[in-house]
Amino acid sequence: MATAFLLDRREFLRKSATGGAALVIGLYLPGKYEALAGLPPEDQAAINAWVQITADDRVTLLIDKSEMGQGISTALTMILAEELDLDWKKIRTEFAPAAPAYFNPVFGLQGTGGSSSVRGSWEPLAKAGAAAREMLVTTAAKRWGVEASACRTENSSVVNSNTGKRLGYGALVEEAAKLPVPVSPARKDPKNYKYIGKATKRIDSAEKVTGTAEFGIDVRLPGMLHAVVARCPVFGGKLKSFEAEKAKAVRGVKQIVQISSGVAVVADNTWSAMEGRNALAITWDEGPNAKNSSDAIRKLYQERAQQPGAIARKDGDADAALASAPKKLEATYELPYLAHATMEPINCAADVRADGCDIYAPTQFQTFSQMTGAKLTGLKPEQVRVHTTYLGGGFGRRAEQDFIVEAVELSKAMNAPVQVTWSREDDMQHDFYRPAVLVKMNAGLDDAGSVVAWKSRIVAPSIMSRFFPGSVKNGIDDTATEGIATLKYAVPNFLVEYVLTETGVPVGFWRSVGNSHNGYIAECFVDEMAKAAGKDPVEFRRTLLAKDARQRGVVELAAEKAGWSKPLPAGRYRGISVVESFGSYVAQVAEISIDRKAHTLQVHRVVAAVDCGRHVNPETIRAQIEGSVVYGLSAALKGEITLSNGRVEQSNFNDYDLVRMNEAPVVEVHIVDSQDGPGGIGEPGTPPIAPAVCNAIFAATGKPVRRLPIRPENLA
Amino acid sequence: MPITFTLNGKATTVNVDPQMPLLWVLRDTLNLTGTKFGCGMALCGACTVHINGEASRSCILPVSSVEGKKITTIEGLSADGSHPVQKAWIEEDVPQCGYCQTGQIMSAVALLAKKPNPTDVEIDDAMSGNLCRCGTYQRIRKAIHRAASQPTSG
Repeated sequence: MATAFLLDRREFLRKSATGGAALVIGLYLPGKYEALAGLPPEDQAAINAWVQITADDRVTLLIDKSEMGQGISTALTMILAEELDLDWKKIRTEFAPAAPAYFNPVFGLQGTGGSSSVRGSWEPLAKAGAAAREMLVTTAAKRWGVEASACRTENSSVVNSNTGKRLGYGALVEEAAKLPVPVSPARKDPKNYKYIGKATKRIDSAEKVTGTAEFGIDVRLPGMLHAVVARCPVFGGKLKSFEAEKAKAVRGVKQIVQISSGVAVVADNTWSAMEGRNALAITWDEGPNAKNSSDAIRKLYQERAQQPGAIARKDGDADAALASAPKKLEATYELPYLAHATMEPINCAADVRADGCDIYAPTQFQTFSQMTGAKLTGLKPEQVRVHTTYLGGGFGRRAEQDFIVEAVELSKAMNAPVQVTWSREDDMQHDFYRPAVLVKMNAGLDDAGSVVAWKSRIVAPSIMSRFFPGSVKNGIDDTATEGIATLKYAVPNFLVEYVLTETGVPVGFWRSVGNSHNGYIAECFVDEMAKAAGKDPVEFRRTLLAKDARQRGVVELAAEKAGWSKPLPAGRYRGISVVESFGSYVAQVAEISIDRKAHTLQVHRVVAAVDCGRHVNPETIRAQIEGSVVYGLSAALKGEITLSNGRVEQSNFNDYDLVRMNEAPVVEVHIVDSQDGPGGIGEPGTPPIAPAVCNAIFAATGKPVRRLPIRPENLA
Repeated sequence: MPITFTLNGKATTVNVDPQMPLLWVLRDTLNLTGTKFGCGMALCGACTVHINGEASRSCILPVSSVEGKKITTIEGLSADGSHPVQKAWIEEDVPQCGYCQTGQIMSAVALLAKKPNPTDVEIDDAMSGNLCRCGTYQRIRKAIHRAASQPTSG
């Protein structure tokens, strides 16, 4: 495997070098990357390249994460610029190739998800920056004949504190590159931070407002052909036969190719490929799911909820406590399948040749993409180069490999570069959906209104049994139970069961994963309990969180900033919720009004409080919470994928609409000044919005909302 | 049959199927990929361009229908991102994934040409045909107000 890394190193140097000397700093984390262990130290350092400084003072940072809007390229740049005291204007970034050196320490492979990027990369990247700084300082000190302690760094220069003389980093790199990379470089005192913790504008806006940012769908290669694929409308179905003559006659169509996912039409432009597909006559063997429907799945879930499941968490004896509780609550909550609907439709371009394969992809998982290419072509992984483009939204959809498979198969078949593009209809009807879920909830309260028993029985399919089969243990998929099994509410008798239920509908990661449904269920049920106890929802949560200062803190902050204790104008109602996910705590207060005649709802304002620990860019936190609220609100108000005759009934934004500008609330974000460990921020803002809105409806109507999306009857 | 129009100030002739939507002519024939494909049904606004100054969804416009017309795409808005609306977008840190933003900007520019100082309601009316999955609406609204308060230069 060693050659793989060396190839990547050469690739990086070839791509980045300006011809002159360069200092390339990598970072070898002992024990992390076993494959690197056999290499000489200088290779270990250089091949895992994060930073390159060239003689012209330019700094190139390799971004080993996928930029899908979450602002990670800005955050990683800030971390590096901080430790290396860089001139912000002289930094450029490029996306890293696929190589084990860039494995995400959280997953053990190269990928972006689980709101893990800053959490995983802060330390190694800061260390790489500090190491480079130390090498540059050592070099300058030697040249001036002074102690390193007499030197400081600022704005991409080393400054001699005695004389005030300066040497730009570019003038030092040739010599600095010959020094060994320090193992434990001195780190900057956080009180001297110039970038970290300061609101910083994104580094990619200029490209994104001029249309020059290259998304996967924008890749244009010499001689590239365009393809679309007709796939069986029923999940798990197979191709029986097809008639291609009419499709072949469409202007611009080159060839009709059978691939593993269906029948592809390859043309010299995307539209001709789509027209060709319309002209195909295909007979499918629809397989065992041909009669599947949302009604059947709902009935199956209701039956499965009658039987006990695998135990995901058990504190005390919930059944006994429930039996003896003077006040009992029972409720069943249901949520539908959801599509990701990334704005950039799914796509990938591949160029397979005898000696190598290039994959140009908006992918969240580079390692999987490389393995997919290698498997399908018979090439070695190091012969498969993954070029990560900007992602026009990811939200978990681009963790999948289906679009990579199609592009590689097609390029192989056509012996030419091929870009496969999915229509919006393809995207809606062939997604890996957020699981549909049914959860039966029981609670017991004592005479004082304290919760003495909590029982949740979660009926849901498993994402991990397909994605990471080894992680499903004792019948428990953590992604199905997170958000309930992980609750920190102080309830002495707490039982969570999971009834793993497959339905034939492919399911995958959807922004915030299990927290997206379980957070909603838990927080709505807490308001039902608060009402049964005769308590205010904020006070009720404060009591349940008496021992959890961080989570209680965001509840209190959101309530205070929203003016929870102050009366609302007539016709306005509030609801609160709090969800911990990905190491961060987010509370939201939604302020709504309801038109009971029209059965419509307007969410006017959302006040969010977030504690994500130590953080890099507060502006990104605000943007992510604002966006997560809208993402979650689309699900609460509109999102529902249904099946009939085995087919997804929705097809485009006419029947799977998203929140639009006129429906978007004003979102205020309040960030807790915290020195706790860093938490994630790309996902934690999504789970709290649906329950906050539904709890506001509950406050307005007195009737809980137990099924999403919110329906007209909830607003009567 | 060649079809001729003015694209970003330049006379342009294409020889394609006259039914091909302008979007695909821009993206695949002319390699102007700043105009985005989102839905193919004029439901999301990612493909917004200006036809004779009007914001139009290029994904449903057969290229034959723009014969002789003036088309402006995001590439023609400014050479260097210096249009006041683009600058306002950067100042308000609007983009996240960024995919819809070129269409958003084209809609916003067309709005400001008609209503130099739009109200929130007017902004909502003009912009609600443009979807943003990242949910940047609040910043878009601010950026439009910011651009409206700047002296226009083009």
